Amino acid sequence: MSPIVKKKGEKFTLPGKYLLFILTLLCTGLIVITFNTNFLSEPVSALGGAVIAPLQEGISKAGSWLSTRSRELVQIRSLLEENEKLRAEIDELTMENIRLQQDRYELTNLRELYDLDAQYDEYEKVGARIIARDSGNWFHSFEINKGTEHGLAIDMNVMAGSGLVGRIVDVGPNWSKVMSIIDDNSNTSGMVLSTSDNLIVSGDLRLYAEGVISFEKLIDSADRVVEGDKIVTSNISDKYLPGILIGYISSISVDSNNLTKSGLITPAVDFEHLEEVLVITQLKQPPGGN
Amino acid sequence: MRRFIVSVLLIIICFLLQTTVFKGIAFGGIVPNLLIILTASFGFMRGESTGLIIGFFCGFLADIFFGNVLGLNAMIYMYIGYANGKFHRIFYPDDIKLPLCLILFSDLAYGFLYYITLFLMRARFYIRYYFLHIILPEVVYTLLITLLLYPLILWLNKKLEDAEERSARKFV
Repeated sequence: MSPIVKKKGEKFTLPGKYLLFILTLLCTGLIVITFNTNFLSEPVSALGGAVIAPLQEGISKAGSWLSTRSRELVQIRSLLEENEKLRAEIDELTMENIRLQQDRYELTNLRELYDLDAQYDEYEKVGARIIARDSGNWFHSFEINKGTEHGLAIDMNVMAGSGLVGRIVDVGPNWSKVMSIIDDNSNTSGMVLSTSDNLIVSGDLRLYAEGVISFEKLIDSADRVVEGDKIVTSNISDKYLPGILIGYISSISVDSNNLTKSGLITPAVDFEHLEEVLVITQLKQPPGGN
Repeated sequence: MRRFIVSVLLIIICFLLQTTVFKGIAFGGIVPNLLIILTASFGFMRGESTGLIIGFFCGFLADIFFGNVLGLNAMIYMYIGYANGKFHRIFYPDDIKLPLCLILFSDLAYGFLYYITLFLMRARFYIRYYFLHIILPEVVYTLLITLLLYPLILWLNKKLEDAEERSARKFV
């Protein structure tokens, strides 16, 4: 097999084979470099930030407009039906409201107990808008419209509403990439609020559709952790600030080793319809201050 | 030069659409893979070199914004573009069956390569689940979009070829 030179002219053309070989070497080099170090990410993300991010910001507005319209269409049909159902639910909810108010007292007590009171308010936060989502279907990371220019840095925690969304893993001048806690390669150190037992919360691609994430390695020999318990980020995590709500336990089971427990958590954040997030501009570990 | 500008614009537009608008109208959380359509089409329309260069830049763009390491997507897309270029010799613009088949297999190959490199390596062995819930829906959706996007790419390519031919004739 001889290399096929397509154009014989004054222009020099490289046969595809050699080009493939060279670019393969380049890619392999890039993979090795970026896997081990971080020094390439800055120029590259600056490049992306200059061209792509502003465009994404504009277009994503069109995208969210479309999705809102399509959601509306679907909703109109079921609205009438839903209305009736909702009326019945109001009665139910009134009852539940009373119960929840009691829960709130309990929550206030617990917060005081754990010094969580007004903790979220203490953190400096910056609002940001999601402008693009992962181009593939395998991971659930997304891009927000603020970056180093707005004081953001890698490893800052990202929240939406009252729950944890994830953390910044890559940052450019005017954009940052956020890895969410439901991402398949995300592991978060969590803690059961009521008993302070530590556990590991990990995202799983297979559980996306059900809207839950899994947890494991919960040591609970006294059997005190039950379904519905709140999971917050733990004190021992080196990336996440302590006491941010992750979600609620929706199912729990004993592992086959009879020592640890695992199960599922319903996240406090609705990841499906996320549009705006809050970035906490305080790092758990200040850079260099270990 | 004209071809270069059009290619760059196409890549950027496809990437933007895929990460923004299509995420908004995703069916069941699945988005079609426009970049694969672009890479594969340029591969079998223009040959190996063009296919692999377009693939490289498509993948690189995806890597910059959403990759864990730089170069992995670029490599996968590049090989897909190159492989599609092998079919340049039996490609006829009027025939839509070959492009559809090639894009189908390209997307399948992309899914499997991505699974192997990023999921199998982390000991996630649920290939059956991933195939049925991620790879297959993506392929079907991508094929649907191909029916819309491919004629556009074909038309653009034809326009460019005509323009190139005209300017070549002018110089002779």
